[in-house]
Amino acid sequence: MSDFPARARALVIGCGIVGNSLAYHLVEQGWSDVVLVDKGPLPNPGGSTGHASNFIFLVDHSKEMTQLTVESTRQYGELGVLTVCGGIEVARTDERMEELRRRMASAKAWGVEPVSLVTPAEIKELVPYIDESILLGGFHTPGVGVVDSLRAGTIMRERATEAGGLAVFPGTEVRGMDVEAGRVRRVHTSRGTIAADVVVIACGVWSPLLAAMAGAHIPLTPMVHQMIDVGPVPRFAQATSAIEFPIVRDMDVFMYERQDGTSLEIGSYAHRSIVHAPEEIPSIEEAALSPTEFPFTQADFDPQLADALELMPEIVGDESVGVKYAINGLISLTPDGMPILGETPEVQGLWSAAAVWIKEGPAVGKSLAEWMVHGESHIDLHSSDVARFHDHQKTRAHVVARTTEAFPKTYGIIHPAEQWSSDRGIRISPMHARAEALGAVFYEAAGWERPQWYEANAPLVERYGVEAREAEWDARWWSPICSAEHLAMREHAGVFDLSAFCIFDVQGPGALDALQRSVLAQMDVPVGRVVYTPVLGPGGGFKSDLTIMRLGDEEFRIVTGGAHGMADRKLFRDALPADGSATLTDLTTAWTTIGLWGPRARDILASVTGDDVSHEGFPFATCTELEIGSQLVLASRISYVGDLGWELYVPIEQGARLWDVLWEAGTPHGLTACGIGVYGTTGRLEKGYRAYGAELESEYTVVEAGMARPTVKEQSFVGKEAHLRHREEEPAAILCTLTVDDHMSASGVKRYPLGREPITLRDGTPLSDGKGRRSYVTSAGAGPSVGKHLLLAYLPPEHAVEGSTELAVEYMHERFPVTVAVVGSRPLFDPENARIRS
Amino acid sequence: MALVLVEHEAGVPDDASLQALALARELDPGSVLDALLLGADGAAAADTLGRHGVATAHVAEHEALTGFAPDAWARVLVDLAERSGATVVAAAGSERGNEVMARAAARLDEPLATNVIEASGSGPWTVTRVRWGGSLLEEARLDADRALLTIQPHAVTAVAMGDGAASVAAFTPQLDSGDLVVRASERVGAPTGGVSLADAKVVVSAGRGAGSTEGFAGVEELAALLGGAVGCSRAVTMAGWRPHTDQVGQTGTKIAPDLYIACGISGATQHMAGCKGAKAILAVNSDPEAPILSSADYAVIGDLHEVVPAICAAIREARAS
Amino acid sequence: MRALVCVKRVPMTGGRIVLTDDAQAIETRHLGFASSPHEECGVEEAVRLVEAAGGESVVLTLGPAEAVEQLRDAMAIGADRAIHLQAEGEEWDAQATAAAIVDAIRADEAEHGPFDLVLFGNESADAGGYQVGLRVAAALGRPAATGLKAVAVGDGRVRCEQEVPGGRDVYVLPLPAVVTVKEGLNLPRYPSVPGRLRAQRKPVATVTPTRPASRLQKLRLVVPEGQGTEATVLGHGADAAPAVVRVLDELGVL
Repeated sequence: MSDFPARARALVIGCGIVGNSLAYHLVEQGWSDVVLVDKGPLPNPGGSTGHASNFIFLVDHSKEMTQLTVESTRQYGELGVLTVCGGIEVARTDERMEELRRRMASAKAWGVEPVSLVTPAEIKELVPYIDESILLGGFHTPGVGVVDSLRAGTIMRERATEAGGLAVFPGTEVRGMDVEAGRVRRVHTSRGTIAADVVVIACGVWSPLLAAMAGAHIPLTPMVHQMIDVGPVPRFAQATSAIEFPIVRDMDVFMYERQDGTSLEIGSYAHRSIVHAPEEIPSIEEAALSPTEFPFTQADFDPQLADALELMPEIVGDESVGVKYAINGLISLTPDGMPILGETPEVQGLWSAAAVWIKEGPAVGKSLAEWMVHGESHIDLHSSDVARFHDHQKTRAHVVARTTEAFPKTYGIIHPAEQWSSDRGIRISPMHARAEALGAVFYEAAGWERPQWYEANAPLVERYGVEAREAEWDARWWSPICSAEHLAMREHAGVFDLSAFCIFDVQGPGALDALQRSVLAQMDVPVGRVVYTPVLGPGGGFKSDLTIMRLGDEEFRIVTGGAHGMADRKLFRDALPADGSATLTDLTTAWTTIGLWGPRARDILASVTGDDVSHEGFPFATCTELEIGSQLVLASRISYVGDLGWELYVPIEQGARLWDVLWEAGTPHGLTACGIGVYGTTGRLEKGYRAYGAELESEYTVVEAGMARPTVKEQSFVGKEAHLRHREEEPAAILCTLTVDDHMSASGVKRYPLGREPITLRDGTPLSDGKGRRSYVTSAGAGPSVGKHLLLAYLPPEHAVEGSTELAVEYMHERFPVTVAVVGSRPLFDPENARIRS
Repeated sequence: MALVLVEHEAGVPDDASLQALALARELDPGSVLDALLLGADGAAAADTLGRHGVATAHVAEHEALTGFAPDAWARVLVDLAERSGATVVAAAGSERGNEVMARAAARLDEPLATNVIEASGSGPWTVTRVRWGGSLLEEARLDADRALLTIQPHAVTAVAMGDGAASVAAFTPQLDSGDLVVRASERVGAPTGGVSLADAKVVVSAGRGAGSTEGFAGVEELAALLGGAVGCSRAVTMAGWRPHTDQVGQTGTKIAPDLYIACGISGATQHMAGCKGAKAILAVNSDPEAPILSSADYAVIGDLHEVVPAICAAIREARAS
Repeated sequence: MRALVCVKRVPMTGGRIVLTDDAQAIETRHLGFASSPHEECGVEEAVRLVEAAGGESVVLTLGPAEAVEQLRDAMAIGADRAIHLQAEGEEWDAQATAAAIVDAIRADEAEHGPFDLVLFGNESADAGGYQVGLRVAAALGRPAATGLKAVAVGDGRVRCEQEVPGGRDVYVLPLPAVVTVKEGLNLPRYPSVPGRLRAQRKPVATVTPTRPASRLQKLRLVVPEGQGTEATVLGHGADAAPAVVRVLDELGVL
């Protein structure tokens, strides 16, 4: 071991799988002077990597997680530490069988092959010690494997050290960090102080403590996952490798069973949520085992023994097979179940690489290295971005509440629209009481309680003849009222509570330049113009999309969605000039937004203001101040639902009053309160409007999304070079609107895809584009005014043919025929945009 | 007065008993200190005991006291204590000392403080005693008519001070058949040769880090090279890799070698309670933070499977040159 | 054969003992619990004796509500039922513990008949008093042998082997008797899953005895002075071998 260096290009804290992988990939990608430290010894410093069960199932409903898992598996294979044994997720219930069929669809959507549904008899052949009589079937992934994550880490460290780019220091405890002018400068360790350009916290369950040293937040919590090891198993006595039989996930009882040499390891997510605080983790000296292996709490596991016995009586019921080892292993859980990656919004140069499991570790290391070295990663990590958290989501109470709620769902069947029940009611809009009075069903957005639909509108369902959905799964977290509200808006007008928007003002002499550099669209527009624009990454993919109002020569107002708002705030803050000539102010909680759209919107607005709201006097894509009674209202004439109307901004304490004024004036015009079901799904999809995180991701280009403008501004902006290149190329895929032709399933029940399903040929052959990306449904929902169920999907050009009927959507392992209705961004409803521009 | 049960081998008192005398004397320097020895040959200890402050050595002679009969010993001790009015009755915190004193305490229905390292007062007494095999100390108040104590071996220094011999008072104790039901009737399993763990000058141990029975090959080789014995941790015994007779620890063998080499042993309190008597400890451990490093004199950071063979080779080389 | 085995719930300590703020107990937040090691062998022995001769094995503990875990552990490897002398709060001294156990044994024997053998650990891992078993034996008027590494029952007698320097002393006691055993007596089995499941259904009789005033009253616990200085690191990996040889030479053991 050499002397501890005084400085490093990058200091990575934590020698678990993530830290090792990141250090390795940083060196791989050209960085040197990378230093890796850990408090504990090598190769097992005592974190969660050391006690992991180390198996990797490949298919997840999340594309991001599947991509990370597949890439990690590739790396483990390349390192020679992967043993492929296959894995079967078994079903004891009909509901689970349906979930496994959904898994088949996800596998096809993300390109994980081969996979298959297997019968109980086929399961028995693969896993002879199972009692197949209690099973209905299984989902078999032959590519599932077991890895040696400690060995993988060792090899990565060795390679990076041999390449001359890495120095490793175990037994080195971080004791403090110096932050100056918002940037991390130095880290104090038990071996001395080290200056570093970049500091990465890859400390697993300890990460929140390290972040706190710098005043940053990594909102995760250690939680217990119980494991026992039983053996010696007579059937495994002759085992020549550590694992020869497929791993079984007994999904309905939240358990897994895997061979480990002559033992069977049984893990459980069925026990109560056992949350620990990072501060509670003992030191290495105090711990009886490793610091992250807590004493086993037998009573929590007892109920699971019977389940394991039922599934594998031959082994688990053998009196000679003993429980040799049992731990409460600590794992990292986050409020939304996703990893926590990227530069912290609080401290520049301080990165988080936390809440990552064995199955994602190597890929996270590689992706973060790409992000640090090249500015972005190949895999879109926005769902894992550490900058995504709103303040309340960083609190211990929120983390504990959400992880406690989520833990029992680890192997659960999670509906894509499923809402949290814990820690709700954090952010309440000024119109909340009105919404409650109308029977609003609230969904959560960024902590806001947001009406998804209003039960008071139930009579509209009959009036408009909206069909209910027959399948419970399709109808869960949905209501026909959404479509009825939509039709009422299209006939008269709708009023929307849009309080969840994030609102930032960028001001100062440098404001225009800062925004020009950040976004695709031309921002040097007249005062009073409203600009909708994508925000690109260096590779020309999407980082966000939002609207910007020019309120003055040196004053701009950014309005963006709540879910991605915090990441956007960091993005624009980072783009501010170093000379201080522009500032960003977060006005999210100073302003509230009410939307008013529909053919009668102008009549309603005109009845409450003396100002000119005519088409000529208040053209589309402009904003101005209106007097509405005694309120000064900033009105912006844009639309995300495809009808004439405005977004109206007032100070938050006046929101309720504005709502009342509009409500009273609107009643004679047939004004209906509309929920986000209309704003986010039905209205949007009929117009083919793209949404960030669904259609718009860093893996897709502006051209592919059909959003390229006739010209590109002269000014430079992030992603410009790549964007110009994309405009010269033929797109590898084109975003299209598809309609479902026939909803009838084999069982005689109409089915409605909800999104993220694969688009295939009618024979089930998946579609891959020139970049190897599968075609899948990016968004799905009703189009009440066009009378169709609508799907958005990127299709390879040869299949992006309007009127084509050669395709199908695969939903619950059944194919439903679709027609390509629109290629590109032309709206299916009101293609000439006559309504908006009326 | 204080009465101390002195264990002896053919009239030679053992060290732990002399240490018990020292503590009893310190507890009340002004009072009379007597000793009880079982077996006629105990009289030979009179000189030594005198130098350790004993006034009278009571030597119990009885034909039934040839083998160890703990109830009988306890009866003799209790009778003598009652007869002599001893307010402090003590013995070494040895296996036998603890056993006899426990039986005596049961007969007297008095509390017993075992493995004491410090005591003060004159009723009630304040004692400091050992818990967890020495990993923890307890301060306690002893509320009794008579202080019954056993003294933790090696915790007190026995210092010879006077030069007169103790006077010997031989007597034949009163014993009933009931006192002789529990009696060592034979001795079996004589030592099998080789270096015993308890007596070895060098002990080389391995823990969980050895990985298997086979993983002890290097450790065995090193022990053989140094003429020492092989030890192990409790984890190893529980895994079935080595017999319990090799276990060093609170519930295994307590050792006091010149050098203890602990390989891949983290240093749990259970283990350290068994090796703290070692004059020097060398730890071989891949974990620089392992608790054993704060007890060891020397350390090599590294995997035992790599380090131990290298040490063996270096020893051979050193001896060859 | 009817055997009773008494166990004590103790924390499984790591490399460093930390005390609670009031210095009355070990901080056990991070620690698991088990029966003292000697007693684990006692349970195994009781189960084996009953497996061989038929009869009943009963496990008893005096301890807090959570000590039922240790009773279940014992029943998981084969003890038939359990007696829980539930005692919260302050530690019980050896005299009080023995008295409560004697009461419990008398009560149980009145109902179910006498125990042929009552087994204890030689000493508890934590308090290390070396006396509860012997006090119980004295109160019951039964012979007792201690520190045993072998126990064999036959012909109404128990043959015991006690480890002593230079071999093993043999005691032959008439039944009923009390024995205190040491780790190494046997290698306790791991519980099977069916055993664990059976243990959940086995009966636990709970009694709440009253704690008498302690005559050996714990005042406070103290962690002994540091084990000295940090170790001198002789080197890393195989490269350290020459330095090790020099130390061996200095210590005169080469």
